[in-house]
Amino acid sequence: MSKELIRLKDVSMTFDGETILDNMNIYFNDKEFLTLLGPSGCGKTTTLRIIGGFLTPTSGDVIFDGVRINDIPPHKRQVNTVFQRYALFPHLNVYDNVAFGLRIPKPYEDVSSVALSEASGGKKRKKKLSETEIKSRVTEMLEIVSLKGFEHRSVSSLSGGQQQRVAIARALVNQPKVLLLDEPLGALDMRLRKDMQQELKRIQKQMGITFIYVTHDQEEALSMSDTVVVMNAGKIQQIGTPEDIYNEPKNAFVADFIGESNIVDGIMREDNVVEIFGRKFRCLDKGFAPDEPVDVVIRPEDVDIVDVKDGALTGTVTSVTFKGMHYDIIVDFKGFKWLIETTDFCPEGSRIGIKIDPDGFHVMKKSEYSGMFGDYSSYSAEYDEIGDVEYEESSLEDEADEV
Amino acid sequence: MKSRAFAYPYVLWMALFVVAPIIIIVVYAFSASDGSFTLDNFSNMELYLSVFGRSFGLALIATITCLLLGYPLAYALAHEGPRAQGIMLMLIMLPMWMNFLLRTYAWMSLLEKTGLINRFLGLFGIAPLNMINTPFAVVLGMVYNYLPFMVLPIYSVIVKIDKSLLEAAQDLGAKPSTVFTRVIFPLSLSGVLSGITMVFVPAVSTFAISKLLGGNKTMLLGDLIEMQFLGGSYNPHLGSAIALVMMVVVMVCMFVMNRFGSDDEQVVMF
Repeated sequence: MSKELIRLKDVSMTFDGETILDNMNIYFNDKEFLTLLGPSGCGKTTTLRIIGGFLTPTSGDVIFDGVRINDIPPHKRQVNTVFQRYALFPHLNVYDNVAFGLRIPKPYEDVSSVALSEASGGKKRKKKLSETEIKSRVTEMLEIVSLKGFEHRSVSSLSGGQQQRVAIARALVNQPKVLLLDEPLGALDMRLRKDMQQELKRIQKQMGITFIYVTHDQEEALSMSDTVVVMNAGKIQQIGTPEDIYNEPKNAFVADFIGESNIVDGIMREDNVVEIFGRKFRCLDKGFAPDEPVDVVIRPEDVDIVDVKDGALTGTVTSVTFKGMHYDIIVDFKGFKWLIETTDFCPEGSRIGIKIDPDGFHVMKKSEYSGMFGDYSSYSAEYDEIGDVEYEESSLEDEADEV
Repeated sequence: MKSRAFAYPYVLWMALFVVAPIIIIVVYAFSASDGSFTLDNFSNMELYLSVFGRSFGLALIATITCLLLGYPLAYALAHEGPRAQGIMLMLIMLPMWMNFLLRTYAWMSLLEKTGLINRFLGLFGIAPLNMINTPFAVVLGMVYNYLPFMVLPIYSVIVKIDKSLLEAAQDLGAKPSTVFTRVIFPLSLSGVLSGITMVFVPAVSTFAISKLLGGNKTMLLGDLIEMQFLGGSYNPHLGSAIALVMMVVVMVCMFVMNRFGSDDEQVVMF
């Protein structure tokens, strides 16, 4: 893996006595695509603004390339930001927006020596780019974001997706070491979002720089990132590759926030044996104390539906939703409702048996989130939307509770 | 289509009290006292070139002074908390709730030979300054009366500038002074242009301020026109011609200035 570029050390942030970030420790590697993922109010944007220099942490250190940059103002950091609502300059056309950063004379050492010379009050040599050089760089950048020919358009005449591209070009043309993106696709429609996701990934690879991406959309995070950082209530819940995060969630919050999960109480009887609903199942997890109470995650797609007589567990189908590729069915097992994805049609009210392979279980230690997620009792067709709203509210309450 | 009907009362008003008087002025300006067509009114006007010069000169100085005082004030105001903004806005507006003439009379008693300022200076043995009846007093009166018209439009534009634009500029390497010159000032230009219009136009045509604070030594266009209609040298034809020329010159000034402004945000006049 490449070298470490940014590190947040014991960073905490408090606004009016409310804790936004709680002793955060994280590092960002060079050239990686890292996503900060979490519900709104989890502190992900605050983290981004601390790296950008718009906020100074209440305590802790921000280290860039080995140098502490807490007190370096944004205009002296070699970090550029793509803002949530683009923040394009309305009085400038596309070309001048992109050229904005290039027209400002900058010290031409890299940021670490800037930081050092800043610290020692040393002299700074400023370099002013010639208009010819600016022109070639702007043109090249507009080509990368597929906006060639838009140079003289006013930014207000552009569509949301085009404005987004201008914002990206305007940031990247300065050749930052790190690009910060604050929910950059939030205002775009579904279709455009998917296109831009691919586009961003491509640009990141092409430019070979670090992207730190903030989103609350788990699908976006999984499909674009090298590393995903799941946050809630000002704390990091888990750091890992998208596969790790999905397959090996650390606690009930992560399991529930990333994709759909049935989370049930279980007891780890011994290595590779977990007991749920009074029945023992083989699983691949080990390293727990004997008879340790645990949370067990079963993804809806890992459940096989079988005849009642062959089933390890039997339940009653209480609702069926057609989803195109599959059906989402809700099955009642002794009062606990599970979400199961199946391609077989099971009518409402029918009794079914289920089987789960050992790799279908994921066992997690009990956490503060145990019992809060993973029950589909209130499931309805609009569950996804309602679910998002509930996260946001509950996470805000969490924050308030901690104060 | 139907909503247009709501504007009819005003259209009538405008026809009666704006368009018709302008037509009357044009007719007067191009006619002699016997009603025949003539251009004499305009050719006679060269006698008063100095008055034109003085009027536009003093109005220009007053406008620039208002801008120099008003812009920093508007800028500071826009960056205060909502409470401080409310209080300061009220203080700026407060004098405007007082009668215009009264305010100007107050300046008279301040600036007079035996006025408050000179009496105060006298306490320190300083000889009385000659302030009243000077161009300085007239400019002072203009600035005092019209400053709010400069501050308010600039303030209302600056306060609406999206804060994320300032962050974006910083993010792109702009230090605070560059953020101001490259983002804040260009974006506030429309407010500056309306401020200039709202100060310059009344300042160039004022007659009360120059009469009260300038004495008969600093006659302005307003006074000159007033004299043609009410004064001893009764000549409404010449008065109309002067008023017409002044209007045209002001319009040309505003038009030229608008060309410098942004394309989409035009000043009140056009």
